[in-house]
Amino acid sequence: MQNEGKIRIPSGCAISGVFSKSGERFDGETVIRSIVPMHDRSNGLGGGFAAYGIYPQHRDLYAFHVFYDSVRAKDECEEILRSGFDIEAAEKIPTRKMPQITDEPAIWRYFGLPFDKQLQSTGFDEREFVARFVVKINSSIPGAYVFSSGKNMGVFKAVGFPEDVGRYYRLEDYAGYCWTAHGRYPTNTPGWWGGAHPFSLLDYSVVHNGEISSYDANRRFIEMFGYRCTLLTDTEAIAYIVDYLNRRQGLSLRETADVIAAPFWSEIDRMDGEERRRRTYLRNVFSSLLITGPFSILLGFTGGMMALNDRLKLRSMVVGEKGDRVYVASEECAIRTVEPSLDRLWSPRGGQPVIVTLNKGVRV
Amino acid sequence: MKRVYVNERWCLGCHLCEYNCAFANSGETDMVKALQGAEIHPRIQVEGDNKISFAVSCRHCDDPICVKSCIAGAISKRDGVVRIDRDRCVGCFTCILVCPYGAVLPSPDGHAVRKCELCTDNASGEPACVRGCPNGAIVFEER
Amino acid sequence: MAIRYDIPEYEVLRDPQRCIACRVCERQCANEVHSYDPDTGTMKSDETKCVDCHRCVSLCPTHALKIVRNPDTLRRNAYWTGDTIGEIYRQAETGGMLLSSMGNPRPYPVYWDKMLINASQVTNPSIDPLREPMETRTFLGKKPDRIERNPDGSIDLSNLPPQLELQVPILFSAMSYGSISYNAHESLARAAKELGTYWNTGEGGLHEDFYKYAPNVIVQVASGRFGVHKKYLEAGAAIEIKIGQGAKPGIGGHLPGAKITDDVSRTRMIPKGTDAISPAPHHDIYSIEDLRQLVYSLKEATEYKKPVIVKIAAVHNVAAIASGIARSGADIIAIDGFRGGTGAAPTRIRDNVGIPIELALAAVDERLRQERIRNNVSLIVAGGIRNSADVVKAIALGADAVYIATAALVALGCHLCRTCQTGKCNWGIATQRPDLVKRLNPDIGSKRLVNLVSAWQHEIMEMMGGMGINSVEALRGNRLMLRGVGLTEKELEILGIKHAGE
Repeated sequence: MQNEGKIRIPSGCAISGVFSKSGERFDGETVIRSIVPMHDRSNGLGGGFAAYGIYPQHRDLYAFHVFYDSVRAKDECEEILRSGFDIEAAEKIPTRKMPQITDEPAIWRYFGLPFDKQLQSTGFDEREFVARFVVKINSSIPGAYVFSSGKNMGVFKAVGFPEDVGRYYRLEDYAGYCWTAHGRYPTNTPGWWGGAHPFSLLDYSVVHNGEISSYDANRRFIEMFGYRCTLLTDTEAIAYIVDYLNRRQGLSLRETADVIAAPFWSEIDRMDGEERRRRTYLRNVFSSLLITGPFSILLGFTGGMMALNDRLKLRSMVVGEKGDRVYVASEECAIRTVEPSLDRLWSPRGGQPVIVTLNKGVRV
Repeated sequence: MKRVYVNERWCLGCHLCEYNCAFANSGETDMVKALQGAEIHPRIQVEGDNKISFAVSCRHCDDPICVKSCIAGAISKRDGVVRIDRDRCVGCFTCILVCPYGAVLPSPDGHAVRKCELCTDNASGEPACVRGCPNGAIVFEER
Repeated sequence: MAIRYDIPEYEVLRDPQRCIACRVCERQCANEVHSYDPDTGTMKSDETKCVDCHRCVSLCPTHALKIVRNPDTLRRNAYWTGDTIGEIYRQAETGGMLLSSMGNPRPYPVYWDKMLINASQVTNPSIDPLREPMETRTFLGKKPDRIERNPDGSIDLSNLPPQLELQVPILFSAMSYGSISYNAHESLARAAKELGTYWNTGEGGLHEDFYKYAPNVIVQVASGRFGVHKKYLEAGAAIEIKIGQGAKPGIGGHLPGAKITDDVSRTRMIPKGTDAISPAPHHDIYSIEDLRQLVYSLKEATEYKKPVIVKIAAVHNVAAIASGIARSGADIIAIDGFRGGTGAAPTRIRDNVGIPIELALAAVDERLRQERIRNNVSLIVAGGIRNSADVVKAIALGADAVYIATAALVALGCHLCRTCQTGKCNWGIATQRPDLVKRLNPDIGSKRLVNLVSAWQHEIMEMMGGMGINSVEALRGNRLMLRGVGLTEKELEILGIKHAGE
């Protein structure tokens, strides 16, 4: 049986997200409770969370979360890490022993910044440096996998039902202003924790329900720019695509959504002059980054969250609002469980992004 | 009303219009039985040579000279189509002489005359020459 | 010749019970196979002249004719076949190079038929093309590396080199005026306009009557530079530099003198009657930097308003050549595989030189991606694209679009008798004789071409929908949508696809 990364595994899933526009930090229990009623959307073979604002004490440092299969992998990885970064703290991520979670790798986290002289000698800006560094570790050190690499945020994932994974990582002990969660239903048995969602690069985290028909077309394009799709999962490809369009090409999130969930030509042809030219330009220049096939993604980033469905809306997704809280989930019941009475609840149109950000002036 | 029109630009001089016409007016259902070993008597005729050719058939003129010329009153125009009543025709051949297009021809029985009647007098339906032209040179349309 | 070495390839079988001696076979055979004997009132046939073009069979109103392979054969020999022996006889008699028309007919492997296409089930729904949008619109051309912004923050839309917009990823490939007839060109031009795609002048220039179809024409600049003048370059929607073609890699075009009429002579700007043989290389392109110079000369001459295509034959190091071309400023690369057709080519070169387009495409697409320059050029592939499944497979391997030529001619009536070089095409396609050219009515021809490409477009949409894809760009380079059968490890590796079952 081939492991994750050797074979492509399609899956159906559950996603959920909770966001506080005022920046109020709350623990992981809320999002864990929201994913429980969607239990049957997963089959216990993968669950995970992304949380933002959880490391205020190391707010300006990169927080690396790493899986290790062996001591040798850990030694090799730490040596490389310390050669590029000034590591201020290194520790095991606290976990709770649970019978549902087995075959755990060693899980560590490190906080640090790149050495100035490293940045100068490569000539990259800080984010480019970190992104390349992470991709390099993941593709060249067998047995070591960096699965989170943003500032003041972290991904927590494992093989298991999401509610069990949440308890395993003691998410009740963390406080963040944005939480996303994912439960996986792969159609094969993955061997490895790294394949669970969310997938993360820098502070982008992606949870995704769907199966991209355009995967190989997208992958073979994005890999031209230094990314390595080692996991062969849709989520990994989506995260790289967002990183490329948003960070490297400088497209706004809305423009990014215009590329990956572009409207049909019949709709574009009906638009008026300037908008029609703009949409045609984006579809033409980034034609290989159009994502077809059902998808429902929740992208987390520092200060905000974006929810997006494929343009045919082949996966469910609902958005709810109450006060300063915004909820996104695959099913309404997930939202009602944690917030029974909502100010507003709606189902976004296919291809229409829902972007929420912290209120102006809020600092986290 | 629809008439048969020929475009000399596309006429290949293949004569298939003639054979299809003869077959359609033979009363037979099998082309081989109708035409094998026989001399054909079509109502459309290809004229010309290798360089340029053209199939000629009755124009169903608005003011037909043949109708006026017929001494037996055998030719008449009905629903726009100029028709010959074989029973009345006496075989004087005046119509053959007066037709400016040479579209009227002697009939095989040596007595009456024959000409195109737009396949309204046989079981062909659409004019057989139009259907049988391989290059779209003959069309059936209103102009 | 007192001793007859050549054995006629075909026999003309006429059913005397059906023949009505209408003489259409006699009138329509430019090779003068059939004749009428007025004494007996029956038809006779001379099979030594028959080329199996089927003109007579198609027109006979009583279906009395059949053309069959002549059962009169030499002793069976799997190595010294009848064809091989016949070719030696011809060369012993004439001392000349054997000349052939159309594409390589030899039984080399057909990789299209060893690749299978995916369909979506359960985990990803297939899409119904009857009820949902299914998009085949494609843009060919260089894409910018970076987005630029205007001072007001909006995206600078002028930061885009010139593009060709196609409603369907199929174009008509280069066939010169001279090798094919005026009416054939007109059929291609009108069909391209109606379909929202492009046709290619080939190396014979653009007839003045067809300047009205210019918005849909790609003008070709080949090594002979036939018909190349300023208005010609300005007329085209794109300019194609023909370095080579799949049927005859390494050598130039060849138009026999018999096919050079007044009109062809004027359009090509060459003398009448003598063979027009294009030089093998462009004599101003001896290296890749020379190509770059020509590309930019053409762009300067047309004010950078038109994409420049470079067409090459698929040969052994095609990936490296393509990489060089991508860096030379070309906007589009067209690759022609060894099954590509031709009006005339030396038989040995046509049958033995060049490689299959499936392998060439896979290698070029992968190499350009490895070098991170795949987005700098679009890829058009050609060389025996036979049907819509070949198109889908080509796009999945990495092509942006395909060129069709043989298939287009077949749609116009060609029966692949492969005697174009004689100039006596009975279907009015590969001839300049006015009485034969007349046989191709562009009203009918263009309609048939539109029918063919529209039919393929619908089939492509069905296959895409089955795969869960609704825009053709999501199929481009999507190799996971293909699986191989009966292929070796090495073949799978070069094609970059898995074996069926994996």
